Amino acid sequence: MANNQLFRTCPNTGLLFHKPAETLMKLNAVVAVVILLIGGVLSLLVTLTRWQEFHLLPADKFYQALTAHGINMLIFWIIFFEMAILYFASSTLLKCRLATPRIAWLGFILMFIGAIVTNVAIMGGDSSVMMTSYVPMPANPKFYLGLILFAVGALLGCFVFLGTLVVAKAEGTYEGSIPLVTFGALTAAIIAIFTIASGAIILIPTFLWSIGYIGHIDALMYRVIWWAMGHSSQQINVSAHVAVWYAIAAIVFGARPMSERVSRGAFLLYILFLQLASAHHLLSDPGISSEWKIFNTSYAMYLAVLASMIHGLTVPGSIEVAQREKGFDKGLFEWIRKAPWGNPVFSGMFISLIGFGFIGGISGVVLGTEQINITMHNTIYVPGHFHATVVVGTTLAFMSLTYFLIPVLFKRELVMKGLAKWQPYLFGLGMSVFSIAMMGAGTMGVARRHWDMAFSGAVFGYDFPAVAYTLMAITGISGIVAIVGGAAYILITVLSILFGKKVAGTDEYSTGPNAPLQMAAAPAGHGNIGIGGFVAPGTFVFALVFLLLFVVYYAVNWKYLASIWPMG
Amino acid sequence: MSAIQPPSRRIWWNQPIDRVEGTWIVLALVWCLIMFAMMPYWHVAGKQNLSNEAYRISSADYAAKAQAVIDKYTVRNETDRNYPVVAPPAGSDIYLIGRLWEWWPIYELEKNQTYRLHLSSMDWNHGFSLQPLNINLQVVPGYDMVISITPDSSGEFTIVCNEYCGIGHHNMLGKIYVKD
Ligand code: HEM
Ligand SMILES: [Cu+2]
Ligand SMILES: [Cu+2]
Repeated sequence: MANNQLFRTCPNTGLLFHKPAETLMKLNAVVAVVILLIGGVLSLLVTLTRWQEFHLLPADKFYQALTAHGINMLIFWIIFFEMAILYFASSTLLKCRLATPRIAWLGFILMFIGAIVTNVAIMGGDSSVMMTSYVPMPANPKFYLGLILFAVGALLGCFVFLGTLVVAKAEGTYEGSIPLVTFGALTAAIIAIFTIASGAIILIPTFLWSIGYIGHIDALMYRVIWWAMGHSSQQINVSAHVAVWYAIAAIVFGARPMSERVSRGAFLLYILFLQLASAHHLLSDPGISSEWKIFNTSYAMYLAVLASMIHGLTVPGSIEVAQREKGFDKGLFEWIRKAPWGNPVFSGMFISLIGFGFIGGISGVVLGTEQINITMHNTIYVPGHFHATVVVGTTLAFMSLTYFLIPVLFKRELVMKGLAKWQPYLFGLGMSVFSIAMMGAGTMGVARRHWDMAFSGAVFGYDFPAVAYTLMAITGISGIVAIVGGAAYILITVLSILFGKKVAGTDEYSTGPNAPLQMAAAPAGHGNIGIGGFVAPGTFVFALVFLLLFVVYYAVNWKYLASIWPMG
Repeated sequence: MSAIQPPSRRIWWNQPIDRVEGTWIVLALVWCLIMFAMMPYWHVAGKQNLSNEAYRISSADYAAKAQAVIDKYTVRNETDRNYPVVAPPAGSDIYLIGRLWEWWPIYELEKNQTYRLHLSSMDWNHGFSLQPLNINLQVVPGYDMVISITPDSSGEFTIVCNEYCGIGHHNMLGKIYVKD
């Protein structure tokens, strides 16, 4: 390709963009944002239906919209954006040309077609099966076909990422080892390959079943393999957004990892252990032994949880160290008080970190405890938990990265800076309240994926306590606050890209050769910062508060479990 | 100087661990081990556990077993759909059928007696969600899951379906009565 050797250097950050990689990053990010818009409109419809006072959609439309919301958000929005991150973390961060741009294009096109095919199937009305599409409930064959095409496309993207790492090594575009952020992205890509393989193993036979080539698919086997994909794909998200946290800490504060060994070791734990943890979706299923469940949720899952607890400390810890070295060294919390709370790149990332850990993390572990799961399985506690992880955690992290990418990648200045300042708070705090209220309603027994908690057309009746209705109303109100925040993000992003002032000096492409990426300077020791030999005492206090809450909440749930009927 | 540059030492796994990090890792690991230990501990000392008993079964065979219990122990019928209310003796095997879109039949149990509750679906996945206790179990077609339950509270309990099972999902309710 003629333009294959064209590079430009961002005048403000020094980051290097290879032209084909740049185009693909932009395309993937733009498509992601458009899908987020679709998923967002659907979230409004779904939220206003579950808020019993409004009860907006009729039942069939509700289940259809919920299927579309889940798939567009969890699969299409997130993965398109992750493709942009993979290309950024390989080509841009390693100052390397993108390996095989044609294959990357092919991957993008397949993903795009796949997303359209699945959405067309859902719009047809005969595929309201939810994103999990548990057999033997049938969907239109196009539904599975679209997902398969999308997965193949994403797989190609992962290979282009790996190929770029190989090229970078071979062509010596960097000194030493790959940066931590690229290492995190590599973790995500490796897990993605495993994930997509599991997806193929289950979705291809399901597709064949839907067109009549295969007579029977075992319902339990489907759940086991589906969750090998469904769960590990969440690990892709975690790895990706943790990499984004590290990147933002580096970009905004010049923070360096407290120790490379710990942070990288924690990423390795993800690869080694998270994928096995799919069992926690099957805790109350028949035919799966307790030993297997415990092995998978403890040995496997807790080592991954450990990894997240480590990242949860080292990211703010590295920010604290950087701030203290800059002179914000007073007391425990000056470093965080004096952080740039008006900069959405930072505030979004920090809310993402806190929300993911305190709300999503703690609830996830409790939910994933073999016996406690009995009191929560398939209640609305579950979407409460994962909106804290994948919306407050992943989505908000990606949003804050976008504010950095608009001037750097899209070469435009941000418009509506005042609104941008508030956006992470509206979205992050709205979603946090939303998640907590949903978890509360789930604790009262309200079901997920359920059109009518009043059961008005049923032969039997059941009245949930009034508190449950109030909690669903709070879910509705806070959901709308978050939707306003999401709309603000889309508005700012689209208007900036279309009408933002051009950043000067960003149009000069040349053909290299580029100077290789330098190793970081060796740390000179932290000097005399911190308290009592702890360089990041404030973060440590946060961590202890976190642990305390975790222990208390965990204990409360065992107590709650002990109050239900004896069974076994 | 940062996470977007190669580490200052190529051999990053030799870098020293910071004191804050080291302390936290130990604390976090201990906590993870405690959480790990809780699950086997509860199998021994706790009263609420998931069963490990399940069989593959065809829906026809399962329905036949359920019908046998219904025929033998039905004490009355309720609602205009004539749900049988079945009161089997303590200790018996009781079969609950999940199907589009009802839980069949109604069982009437005695407080503090143990029953072997069987759960299976005739068609798609369903979710057994017993309210207001909030006991939630997955019900999968082709599998008969057996759980010993000992109701230790009495009254009327509702089974909600909490696994999405199509357009009638939100109307799929059932009942269990527990007598003192
Ligand atoms: C402002 C933003 C959002 C709001 C207000 C919202 C609201 C909701 C509501 C009310 C439900 C239905 C819960 C139920 O009845 O079971 C739901 C489900 C879901 N949402 Fe969101 N959501 C938002 C954003 C997102 C995002 C960004 C993602 C993913 C990245 C996401 C992923 C999902 C998934 C996977 C489901 C479950 C679908 C299923 O059960 O199959 N949501 N959401
Ligand atoms: Cu059902
Ligand atoms: Cu259902």
